[in-house]
Amino acid sequence: MARHVIAPVDELPPGTRKFLEIEGRPIAVFNIKGEYFGLMNRCPHQGAALCEGPLIGLAQSKDPGEIEYTKLGEIIRCPWHGWEFDIRTGQSYCDPRRFRVKAYAAHVEPGASVVKGPYVAETVTVKVESDYVVVEL
Amino acid sequence: MNIQFRESPEAASTPTTKTAIADCDIHPARATRTELYPYLAKRWQHHLEVYGVHAYQGMMEGPPYPKAQPNASRRDAYPPEGGPQGSSLSFMQKQLLDPNNVQLGVLNPLNTGQGIRNHELSAALCSAINDWQIDKWTSKDKRLKASIVVGNEDGLSAAAEIRERAGDKNFVQVLLLSRNVEPLGQRRYWPIYQAAEEAGLPVGVHAFGFGGNPITPSGWPSYYIEEMVGHSQCQQSALASLVLEGVFERFPKLKMVMIEAGFGWAPSLAWRLDKVWQRLRSEVPHVKRPPSEYIREQVWWTTQPMEDPERREDLFDVIKWIGWDRLLFATDYPHWDYDEPSRVLPAGVSEDNREAFYLGNARKLYGMT
Repeated sequence: MARHVIAPVDELPPGTRKFLEIEGRPIAVFNIKGEYFGLMNRCPHQGAALCEGPLIGLAQSKDPGEIEYTKLGEIIRCPWHGWEFDIRTGQSYCDPRRFRVKAYAAHVEPGASVVKGPYVAETVTVKVESDYVVVEL
Repeated sequence: MNIQFRESPEAASTPTTKTAIADCDIHPARATRTELYPYLAKRWQHHLEVYGVHAYQGMMEGPPYPKAQPNASRRDAYPPEGGPQGSSLSFMQKQLLDPNNVQLGVLNPLNTGQGIRNHELSAALCSAINDWQIDKWTSKDKRLKASIVVGNEDGLSAAAEIRERAGDKNFVQVLLLSRNVEPLGQRRYWPIYQAAEEAGLPVGVHAFGFGGNPITPSGWPSYYIEEMVGHSQCQQSALASLVLEGVFERFPKLKMVMIEAGFGWAPSLAWRLDKVWQRLRSEVPHVKRPPSEYIREQVWWTTQPMEDPERREDLFDVIKWIGWDRLLFATDYPHWDYDEPSRVLPAGVSEDNREAFYLGNARKLYGMT
Protein backbone atom coordinates (compact mmCIF):
# COMPACT_ATOMS: atom_id res chain seq x y z
CA MET A 1 0.00 0.00 0.00
CA ALA A 2 1.56 3.23 -1.17
CA ARG A 3 1.23 6.37 0.85
CA HIS A 4 0.89 9.70 -0.90
CA VAL A 5 1.66 13.04 0.69
CA ILE A 6 -0.90 15.47 -0.65
CA ALA A 7 -0.61 18.66 1.35
CA PRO A 8 0.76 20.30 4.45
CA VAL A 9 -1.97 20.43 7.07
CA ASP A 10 -2.14 24.23 6.82
CA GLU A 11 -3.27 23.97 3.21
CA LEU A 12 -6.30 21.82 4.01
CA PRO A 13 -8.13 23.54 6.86
CA PRO A 14 -11.42 22.22 8.25
CA GLY A 15 -14.32 22.53 5.82
CA THR A 16 -12.11 22.37 2.73
CA ARG A 17 -11.45 19.67 0.19
CA LYS A 18 -8.67 18.99 -2.27
CA PHE A 19 -8.97 17.30 -5.67
CA LEU A 20 -6.09 15.27 -7.03
CA GLU A 21 -5.20 12.38 -9.26
CA ILE A 22 -3.30 9.47 -7.77
CA GLU A 23 -2.18 6.58 -9.96
CA GLY A 24 -4.66 7.68 -12.61
CA ARG A 25 -7.55 7.77 -10.18
CA PRO A 26 -9.46 10.98 -9.42
CA ILE A 27 -9.59 11.39 -5.67
CA ALA A 28 -10.83 14.04 -3.29
CA VAL A 29 -9.66 14.54 0.28
CA PHE A 30 -11.88 16.29 2.81
CA ASN A 31 -11.11 17.88 6.15
CA ILE A 32 -14.25 17.62 8.25
CA LYS A 33 -13.68 19.25 11.64
CA GLY A 34 -10.10 18.01 11.77
CA GLU A 35 -10.82 14.52 10.49
CA TYR A 36 -9.59 13.56 7.03
CA PHE A 37 -11.37 11.39 4.49
CA GLY A 38 -10.43 10.31 0.97
CA LEU A 39 -13.04 9.39 -1.62
CA MET A 40 -12.97 8.35 -5.26
CA ASN A 41 -14.13 11.42 -7.17
CA ARG A 42 -16.39 9.59 -9.57
CA CYS A 43 -20.05 8.82 -9.02
CA PRO A 44 -20.78 5.12 -9.65
CA HIS A 45 -24.15 6.06 -11.13
CA GLN A 46 -23.26 8.09 -14.25
CA GLY A 47 -19.68 9.13 -13.61
CA ALA A 48 -19.99 12.74 -12.43
CA ALA A 49 -17.16 14.35 -10.46
CA LEU A 50 -18.93 13.32 -7.27
CA CYS A 51 -16.98 15.40 -4.79
CA GLU A 52 -17.86 18.70 -6.45
CA GLY A 53 -21.28 18.32 -4.89
CA PRO A 54 -22.36 19.89 -1.61
CA LEU A 55 -21.77 18.32 1.78
CA ILE A 56 -25.10 17.81 3.44
CA GLY A 57 -26.68 15.77 6.20
CA LEU A 58 -28.88 12.75 5.99
CA ALA A 59 -32.64 13.17 6.20
CA GLN A 60 -34.23 10.00 7.53
CA SER A 61 -37.75 9.20 8.54
CA LYS A 62 -39.25 6.37 10.59
CA ASP A 63 -42.79 7.56 9.92
CA PRO A 64 -44.39 10.07 7.57
CA GLY A 65 -43.96 13.53 9.07
CA GLU A 66 -41.15 12.52 11.46
CA ILE A 67 -37.88 13.60 9.96
CA GLU A 68 -34.46 13.30 11.55
CA TYR A 69 -31.47 15.16 10.14
CA THR A 70 -28.23 13.44 11.05
CA LYS A 71 -24.60 13.17 9.91
CA LEU A 72 -24.49 16.89 9.18
CA GLY A 73 -21.59 17.68 6.83
CA GLU A 74 -20.72 14.01 6.40
CA ILE A 75 -22.81 13.16 3.34
CA ILE A 76 -21.68 14.14 -0.14
CA ARG A 77 -24.43 14.75 -2.68
CA CYS A 78 -23.55 14.21 -6.33
CA PRO A 79 -23.72 17.46 -8.33
CA TRP A 80 -25.78 15.76 -11.05
CA HIS A 81 -28.51 13.47 -9.79
CA GLY A 82 -28.24 14.07 -6.08
CA TRP A 83 -27.13 10.57 -5.11
CA GLU A 84 -25.89 10.59 -1.52
CA PHE A 85 -22.81 8.87 -0.10
CA ASP A 86 -21.28 8.75 3.38
CA ILE A 87 -17.80 10.26 3.02
CA ARG A 88 -16.52 8.13 5.95
CA THR A 89 -17.26 4.84 4.21
CA GLY A 90 -18.41 5.55 0.65
CA GLN A 91 -21.73 3.88 1.42
CA SER A 92 -24.61 4.83 -0.88
CA TYR A 93 -27.94 5.80 0.61
CA CYS A 94 -29.69 5.70 -2.78
CA ASP A 95 -28.89 2.17 -3.84
CA PRO A 96 -26.73 0.51 -1.18
CA ARG A 97 -27.14 -2.94 -2.72
CA ARG A 98 -25.52 -2.06 -6.01
CA PHE A 99 -23.30 0.94 -5.49
CA ARG A 100 -20.62 2.25 -3.20
CA VAL A 101 -17.81 4.71 -3.70
CA LYS A 102 -14.29 3.65 -2.91
CA ALA A 103 -13.11 5.32 0.28
CA TYR A 104 -9.41 5.87 0.97
CA ALA A 105 -7.78 6.25 4.35
CA ALA A 106 -6.42 9.74 4.90
CA HIS A 107 -4.61 10.95 7.98
CA VAL A 108 -1.99 13.31 9.26
CA GLU A 109 1.61 12.34 9.72
CA PRO A 110 4.31 14.45 11.26
CA GLY A 111 6.78 15.94 8.84
CA ALA A 112 9.62 13.95 10.39
CA SER A 113 7.97 10.64 9.51
CA VAL A 114 7.25 11.45 5.90
CA VAL A 115 10.79 12.45 5.05
CA LYS A 116 12.81 9.83 6.89
CA GLY A 117 13.97 6.78 4.95
CA PRO A 118 16.04 3.65 5.43
CA TYR A 119 18.72 4.69 2.97
CA VAL A 120 21.06 7.60 3.23
CA ALA A 121 23.15 8.24 0.12
CA GLU A 122 24.56 11.55 1.14
CA THR A 123 23.76 13.85 3.94
CA VAL A 124 21.36 16.63 3.20
CA THR A 125 19.65 18.97 5.58
CA VAL A 126 15.92 18.39 5.71
CA LYS A 127 13.85 21.07 7.33
CA VAL A 128 10.60 19.84 8.74
CA GLU A 129 8.17 22.67 9.23
CA SER A 130 4.79 21.08 9.67
CA ASP A 131 2.58 18.00 9.51
CA TYR A 132 1.30 16.55 6.26
CA VAL A 133 -1.93 14.96 5.08
CA VAL A 134 -1.24 11.49 3.68
CA VAL A 135 -3.56 9.29 1.62
CA GLU A 136 -3.16 5.53 1.51
CA LEU A 137 -3.89 3.87 -1.80
CA MET B 1 9.17 3.80 2.61
CA ASN B 2 7.16 4.56 -0.47
CA ILE B 3 5.81 8.02 0.14
CA GLN B 4 5.10 10.06 -2.96
CA PHE B 5 4.61 13.81 -2.94
CA ARG B 6 2.12 15.16 -5.40
CA GLU B 7 0.58 18.26 -6.82
CA SER B 8 -3.15 18.59 -7.32
CA PRO B 9 -4.29 18.47 -10.96
CA GLU B 10 -6.17 21.48 -12.30
CA ALA B 11 -9.64 19.97 -12.22
CA ALA B 12 -11.35 16.64 -11.91
CA SER B 13 -11.50 14.71 -15.16
CA THR B 14 -14.69 14.63 -17.18
CA PRO B 15 -16.03 11.40 -18.66
CA THR B 16 -15.72 11.33 -22.44
CA THR B 17 -17.12 9.36 -25.32
CA LYS B 18 -15.56 9.25 -28.75
CA THR B 19 -18.72 8.54 -30.74
CA ALA B 20 -20.17 11.65 -32.34
CA ILE B 21 -23.57 12.43 -30.85
CA ALA B 22 -26.48 14.81 -31.11
CA ASP B 23 -27.81 16.41 -27.94
CA CYS B 24 -31.42 17.33 -28.59
CA ASP B 25 -32.17 19.18 -25.36
CA ILE B 26 -29.70 21.83 -24.21
CA HIS B 27 -30.85 24.76 -22.08
CA PRO B 28 -29.03 28.03 -22.67
CA ALA B 29 -29.50 30.65 -19.96
CA ARG B 30 -29.13 34.40 -19.72
CA ALA B 31 -26.17 35.60 -17.70
CA THR B 32 -27.95 38.76 -16.54
CA ARG B 33 -31.54 39.90 -16.07
CA THR B 34 -31.24 42.54 -18.78
CA GLU B 35 -29.41 40.46 -21.36
CA LEU B 36 -32.39 40.57 -23.72
CA TYR B 37 -32.78 44.36 -23.63
CA PRO B 38 -30.71 44.97 -26.78
CA TYR B 39 -33.28 42.89 -28.65
CA LEU B 40 -36.33 44.60 -27.15
CA ALA B 41 -37.94 47.89 -28.16
CA LYS B 42 -37.57 50.63 -25.55
CA ARG B 43 -41.31 50.37 -25.01
CA TRP B 44 -40.98 46.78 -23.77
CA GLN B 45 -37.87 47.43 -21.69
CA HIS B 46 -39.89 50.14 -19.95
CA HIS B 47 -42.85 47.81 -19.57
CA LEU B 48 -40.71 45.14 -17.91
CA GLU B 49 -39.16 47.65 -15.50
CA VAL B 50 -42.51 49.18 -14.51
CA TYR B 51 -44.98 46.32 -14.70
CA GLY B 52 -42.96 43.11 -14.93
CA VAL B 53 -44.63 40.10 -16.49
CA HIS B 54 -47.99 38.58 -15.66
CA ALA B 55 -48.17 34.84 -16.12
CA TYR B 56 -51.19 32.54 -16.17
CA GLN B 57 -50.23 31.37 -12.72
CA GLY B 58 -48.53 32.92 -9.74
CA MET B 59 -44.93 32.65 -8.60
CA MET B 60 -43.56 33.55 -12.01
CA GLU B 61 -40.34 34.79 -10.39
CA GLY B 62 -39.58 31.22 -9.45
CA PRO B 63 -40.99 27.89 -10.46
CA PRO B 64 -44.05 26.67 -8.52
CA TYR B 65 -42.00 23.90 -6.95
CA PRO B 66 -38.57 24.25 -5.40
CA LYS B 67 -35.98 22.27 -7.30
CA ALA B 68 -33.44 19.74 -6.11
CA GLN B 69 -30.56 22.00 -7.14
CA PRO B 70 -30.17 25.77 -7.67
CA ASN B 71 -31.69 26.68 -11.06
CA ALA B 72 -32.56 22.97 -11.30
CA SER B 73 -29.00 22.64 -12.55
CA ARG B 74 -25.84 20.68 -12.04
CA ARG B 75 -23.73 22.00 -9.17
CA ASP B 76 -20.60 21.62 -11.25
CA ALA B 77 -21.99 23.68 -14.15
CA TYR B 78 -21.47 27.20 -12.79
CA PRO B 79 -19.34 29.02 -15.38
CA PRO B 80 -15.97 30.17 -14.00
CA GLU B 81 -16.73 33.75 -15.05
CA GLY B 82 -19.92 33.77 -12.96
CA GLY B 83 -23.58 33.74 -13.93
CA PRO B 84 -26.05 30.88 -13.80
CA GLN B 85 -25.49 27.42 -15.23
CA GLY B 86 -25.83 27.31 -19.00
CA SER B 87 -25.08 31.02 -19.51
CA SER B 88 -21.54 30.70 -20.89
CA LEU B 89 -20.80 29.38 -24.36
CA SER B 90 -17.10 28.77 -23.68
CA PHE B 91 -17.88 26.77 -20.55
CA MET B 92 -20.62 24.82 -22.32
CA GLN B 93 -18.09 23.94 -25.02
CA LYS B 94 -15.56 22.81 -22.44
CA GLN B 95 -17.96 20.89 -20.22
CA LEU B 96 -20.48 19.45 -22.69
CA LEU B 97 -19.79 19.87 -26.41
CA ASP B 98 -16.07 19.05 -26.68
CA PRO B 99 -15.66 16.12 -24.26
CA ASN B 100 -18.84 14.41 -25.47
CA ASN B 101 -18.13 15.01 -29.16
CA VAL B 102 -21.50 16.70 -29.68
CA GLN B 103 -21.99 17.26 -33.41
CA LEU B 104 -25.47 18.76 -33.18
CA GLY B 105 -26.83 20.52 -30.11
CA VAL B 106 -30.44 21.71 -30.12
CA LEU B 107 -31.09 24.70 -27.88
CA ASN B 108 -34.37 24.84 -25.97
CA PRO B 109 -34.47 28.06 -23.94
CA LEU B 110 -36.77 28.08 -20.92
CA ASN B 111 -38.04 31.10 -18.98
CA THR B 112 -38.82 32.85 -22.23
CA GLY B 113 -41.83 34.91 -23.25
CA GLN B 114 -44.09 31.88 -23.40
CA GLY B 115 -47.08 31.72 -21.10
CA ILE B 116 -47.32 35.46 -20.50
CA ARG B 117 -50.80 37.01 -20.39
CA ASN B 118 -49.88 40.13 -22.34
CA HIS B 119 -49.65 38.62 -25.81
CA GLU B 120 -47.81 41.57 -27.36
CA LEU B 121 -45.16 41.37 -24.64
CA SER B 122 -45.04 37.61 -25.07
CA ALA B 123 -44.40 37.95 -28.80
CA ALA B 124 -41.73 40.63 -28.26
CA LEU B 125 -39.88 38.53 -25.67
CA CYS B 126 -40.02 35.40 -27.81
CA SER B 127 -38.64 37.28 -30.79
CA ALA B 128 -35.89 38.73 -28.58
CA ILE B 129 -34.98 35.25 -27.31
CA ASN B 130 -34.71 34.06 -30.90
CA ASP B 131 -32.38 36.93 -31.88
CA TRP B 132 -30.35 36.27 -28.73
CA GLN B 133 -30.00 32.57 -29.61
CA ILE B 134 -28.40 33.52 -32.93
CA ASP B 135 -26.14 36.24 -31.52
CA LYS B 136 -24.94 34.49 -28.40
CA TRP B 137 -24.98 30.83 -29.43
CA THR B 138 -25.60 29.54 -32.96
CA SER B 139 -23.54 32.13 -34.82
CA LYS B 140 -20.60 31.45 -32.49
CA ASP B 141 -20.66 27.65 -32.59
CA LYS B 142 -21.88 25.85 -35.70
CA ARG B 143 -22.69 22.73 -33.71
CA LEU B 144 -25.52 24.55 -31.96
CA LYS B 145 -28.95 25.01 -33.52
CA ALA B 146 -31.80 27.00 -32.06
CA SER B 147 -35.51 26.38 -31.50
CA ILE B 148 -37.93 29.09 -32.57
CA VAL B 149 -39.61 30.22 -29.36
CA VAL B 150 -43.14 31.48 -30.00
CA GLY B 151 -45.89 33.21 -28.05
CA ASN B 152 -47.79 29.97 -27.66
CA GLU B 153 -51.17 31.32 -26.54
CA ASP B 154 -51.53 33.59 -29.56
CA GLY B 155 -51.46 31.28 -32.58
CA LEU B 156 -51.39 34.09 -35.12
CA SER B 157 -48.40 35.95 -33.72
CA ALA B 158 -46.67 32.62 -33.16
CA ALA B 159 -47.22 31.69 -36.81
CA ALA B 160 -45.87 35.09 -37.88
CA GLU B 161 -42.69 34.50 -35.85
CA ILE B 162 -42.25 31.05 -37.43
CA ARG B 163 -42.70 32.45 -40.95
CA GLU B 164 -40.21 35.19 -40.25
CA ARG B 165 -37.57 32.64 -39.17
CA ALA B 166 -38.43 30.00 -41.79
CA GLY B 167 -35.44 29.15 -43.96
CA ASP B 168 -32.98 30.56 -41.45
CA LYS B 169 -30.50 27.71 -40.91
CA ASN B 170 -29.89 28.81 -37.33
CA PHE B 171 -33.25 27.25 -36.42
CA VAL B 172 -34.23 23.59 -36.59
CA GLN B 173 -37.55 23.39 -34.73
CA VAL B 174 -40.41 25.31 -33.16
CA LEU B 175 -40.60 25.13 -29.38
CA LEU B 176 -43.73 24.76 -27.28
CA LEU B 177 -44.08 23.77 -23.64
CA SER B 178 -46.41 21.07 -22.40
CA ARG B 179 -48.43 23.14 -19.89
CA ASN B 180 -50.61 25.57 -21.77
CA VAL B 181 -53.92 27.25 -21.20
CA GLU B 182 -55.65 24.51 -23.20
CA PRO B 183 -54.60 21.05 -24.41
CA LEU B 184 -52.29 21.39 -27.40
CA GLY B 185 -54.69 19.99 -29.99
CA GLN B 186 -57.12 22.95 -29.58
CA ARG B 187 -57.77 25.27 -32.50
CA ARG B 188 -56.01 28.28 -31.03
CA TYR B 189 -52.71 26.45 -31.58
CA TRP B 190 -53.44 25.31 -35.15
CA PRO B 191 -51.78 28.32 -36.84
CA ILE B 192 -48.54 27.22 -35.14
CA TYR B 193 -48.76 23.75 -36.65
CA GLN B 194 -49.68 25.11 -40.06
CA ALA B 195 -46.71 27.48 -40.13
CA ALA B 196 -44.34 24.79 -38.83
CA GLU B 197 -45.52 22.32 -41.45
CA GLU B 198 -45.07 24.89 -44.19
CA ALA B 199 -41.58 25.69 -42.95
CA GLY B 200 -40.72 21.98 -42.72
CA LEU B 201 -39.82 22.37 -39.04
CA PRO B 202 -40.68 19.85 -36.32
CA VAL B 203 -42.55 21.17 -33.29
CA GLY B 204 -40.90 20.29 -30.00
CA VAL B 205 -43.07 20.05 -26.90
CA HIS B 206 -40.87 20.43 -23.86
CA ALA B 207 -41.98 19.65 -20.30
CA PHE B 208 -42.87 22.64 -18.06
CA GLY B 209 -44.68 25.87 -18.86
CA PHE B 210 -47.24 27.92 -16.97
CA GLY B 211 -50.77 27.31 -18.15
CA GLY B 212 -52.65 28.40 -15.05
CA ASN B 213 -54.02 24.93 -14.37
CA PRO B 214 -52.92 22.61 -11.58
CA ILE B 215 -49.84 20.82 -12.80
CA THR B 216 -51.32 17.36 -12.40
CA PRO B 217 -54.77 16.19 -13.51
CA SER B 218 -55.60 15.47 -9.84
CA GLY B 219 -54.71 18.92 -8.54
CA TRP B 220 -51.71 20.58 -6.94
CA PRO B 221 -49.24 18.02 -5.57
CA SER B 222 -47.10 18.47 -2.45
CA TYR B 223 -43.66 17.64 -3.75
CA TYR B 224 -41.24 18.38 -6.55
CA ILE B 225 -40.91 14.64 -7.13
CA GLU B 226 -44.61 14.62 -8.04
CA GLU B 227 -44.09 17.45 -10.48
CA MET B 228 -41.27 15.46 -12.09
CA VAL B 229 -43.47 12.47 -12.84
CA GLY B 230 -46.41 14.76 -13.65
CA HIS B 231 -44.68 15.80 -16.86
CA SER B 232 -45.49 12.47 -18.45
CA GLN B 233 -49.18 12.83 -17.54
CA CYS B 234 -49.18 16.29 -19.06
CA GLN B 235 -47.55 15.11 -22.28
CA GLN B 236 -50.02 12.26 -22.48
CA SER B 237 -53.01 14.58 -22.42
CA ALA B 238 -51.30 16.92 -24.88
CA LEU B 239 -50.63 14.03 -27.25
CA ALA B 240 -54.15 12.63 -26.91
CA SER B 241 -55.49 16.08 -27.70
CA LEU B 242 -53.27 16.41 -30.79
CA VAL B 243 -54.53 13.08 -32.08
CA LEU B 244 -58.20 13.47 -31.18
CA GLU B 245 -58.61 17.07 -32.34
CA GLY B 246 -57.33 15.86 -35.68
CA VAL B 247 -54.13 17.90 -35.76
CA PHE B 248 -52.11 15.04 -37.24
CA GLU B 249 -54.85 14.31 -39.77
CA ARG B 250 -55.09 17.95 -40.77
CA PHE B 251 -51.32 18.49 -40.92
CA PRO B 252 -50.00 15.15 -42.20
CA LYS B 253 -46.46 16.40 -42.66
CA LEU B 254 -46.28 17.82 -39.14
CA LYS B 255 -43.58 16.25 -36.96
CA MET B 256 -43.81 16.51 -33.17
CA VAL B 257 -40.99 15.92 -30.69
CA MET B 258 -41.91 15.04 -27.12
CA ILE B 259 -39.11 16.47 -25.01
CA GLU B 260 -38.18 15.57 -21.44
CA ALA B 261 -41.24 13.63 -20.38
CA GLY B 262 -40.08 10.04 -20.90
CA PHE B 263 -41.41 7.67 -23.52
CA GLY B 264 -42.16 4.44 -21.62
CA TRP B 265 -45.81 5.46 -21.44
CA ALA B 266 -46.24 5.83 -25.20
CA PRO B 267 -47.32 2.25 -26.03
CA SER B 268 -49.98 2.03 -23.31
CA LEU B 269 -51.44 5.42 -24.25
CA ALA B 270 -51.61 4.36 -27.89
CA TRP B 271 -53.19 1.01 -27.00
CA ARG B 272 -55.89 2.69 -24.93
CA LEU B 273 -56.55 5.29 -27.61
CA ASP B 274 -56.84 2.62 -30.28
CA LYS B 275 -59.20 0.56 -28.18
CA VAL B 276 -61.64 3.37 -27.38
CA TRP B 277 -61.34 4.81 -30.88
CA GLN B 278 -62.66 1.52 -32.26
CA ARG B 279 -65.83 2.00 -30.17
CA LEU B 280 -66.19 5.78 -30.12
CA ARG B 281 -64.86 6.86 -33.48
CA SER B 282 -68.24 8.31 -34.50
CA GLU B 283 -67.58 11.05 -31.93
CA VAL B 284 -64.39 12.07 -33.74
CA PRO B 285 -65.01 11.30 -37.41
CA HIS B 286 -62.11 13.58 -38.36
CA VAL B 287 -59.75 11.03 -36.80
CA LYS B 288 -59.64 8.66 -39.73
CA ARG B 289 -57.00 6.18 -38.66
CA PRO B 290 -56.17 4.37 -35.42
CA PRO B 291 -54.46 6.87 -33.07
CA SER B 292 -51.35 4.70 -32.78
CA GLU B 293 -50.68 5.17 -36.49
CA TYR B 294 -50.45 8.95 -36.17
CA ILE B 295 -48.28 8.62 -33.08
CA ARG B 296 -45.85 6.22 -34.69
CA GLU B 297 -45.61 8.20 -37.91
CA GLN B 298 -45.51 11.77 -36.65
CA VAL B 299 -43.99 11.70 -33.16
CA TRP B 300 -40.34 11.58 -32.05
CA TRP B 301 -39.07 11.34 -28.46
CA THR B 302 -36.04 12.73 -26.71
CA THR B 303 -34.40 10.31 -24.31
CA GLN B 304 -33.74 12.34 -21.21
CA PRO B 305 -35.15 11.34 -18.73
CA MET B 306 -34.28 7.90 -20.02
CA GLU B 307 -36.40 5.07 -18.68
CA ASP B 308 -34.30 2.84 -16.43
CA PRO B 309 -36.20 -0.37 -15.64
CA GLU B 310 -34.54 -3.16 -13.71
CA ARG B 311 -34.67 -5.50 -16.69
CA ARG B 312 -33.11 -3.93 -19.78
CA GLU B 313 -35.34 -6.20 -21.90
CA ASP B 314 -38.32 -4.15 -20.68
CA LEU B 315 -36.70 -1.01 -22.03
CA PHE B 316 -35.93 -2.69 -25.34
CA ASP B 317 -39.55 -3.87 -25.64
CA VAL B 318 -40.83 -0.31 -25.26
CA ILE B 319 -38.30 1.04 -27.74
CA LYS B 320 -39.18 -1.70 -30.20
CA TRP B 321 -42.79 -0.52 -30.17
CA ILE B 322 -41.80 3.14 -30.53
CA GLY B 323 -39.11 2.38 -33.11
CA TRP B 324 -35.34 2.75 -32.83
CA ASP B 325 -35.67 5.39 -35.54
CA ARG B 326 -37.81 7.64 -33.29
CA LEU B 327 -35.53 8.29 -30.33
CA LEU B 328 -33.35 11.39 -30.08
CA PHE B 329 -30.57 11.38 -27.55
CA ALA B 330 -30.61 14.31 -25.11
CA THR B 331 -28.63 15.25 -22.01
CA ASP B 332 -30.80 18.11 -20.68
CA TYR B 333 -27.58 20.01 -19.92
CA PRO B 334 -27.06 21.84 -17.59
CA HIS B 335 -29.94 20.54 -15.54
CA TRP B 336 -29.39 18.30 -12.56
CA ASP B 337 -31.05 15.24 -14.09
CA TYR B 338 -28.52 15.33 -16.94
CA ASP B 339 -27.94 12.02 -18.76
CA GLU B 340 -24.33 11.07 -19.37
CA PRO B 341 -23.99 9.83 -22.99
CA SER B 342 -21.59 6.99 -22.26
CA ARG B 343 -23.73 5.53 -19.47
CA VAL B 344 -27.29 5.88 -20.62
CA LEU B 345 -27.81 3.04 -23.09
CA PRO B 346 -27.52 -0.51 -21.75
CA ALA B 347 -25.38 -3.07 -23.56
CA GLY B 348 -26.97 -5.27 -26.19
CA VAL B 349 -27.94 -2.66 -28.79
CA SER B 350 -26.90 -3.24 -32.39
CA GLU B 351 -24.40 -0.86 -33.95
CA ASP B 352 -27.02 0.54 -36.37
CA ASN B 353 -29.54 1.23 -33.64
CA ARG B 354 -26.89 2.76 -31.43
CA GLU B 355 -25.81 5.13 -34.19
CA ALA B 356 -29.43 6.09 -34.91
CA PHE B 357 -30.09 6.64 -31.21
CA TYR B 358 -27.10 8.91 -30.63
CA LEU B 359 -26.93 10.80 -33.91
CA GLY B 360 -28.61 9.45 -37.04
CA ASN B 361 -32.24 10.07 -36.09
CA ALA B 362 -31.55 13.63 -35.03
CA ARG B 363 -29.56 14.43 -38.15
CA LYS B 364 -32.40 13.16 -40.29
CA LEU B 365 -35.22 14.83 -38.36
CA TYR B 366 -33.48 18.18 -38.13
CA GLY B 367 -32.34 18.10 -41.75
CA MET B 368 -28.63 17.92 -41.07
CA THR B 369 -27.80 15.20 -43.59
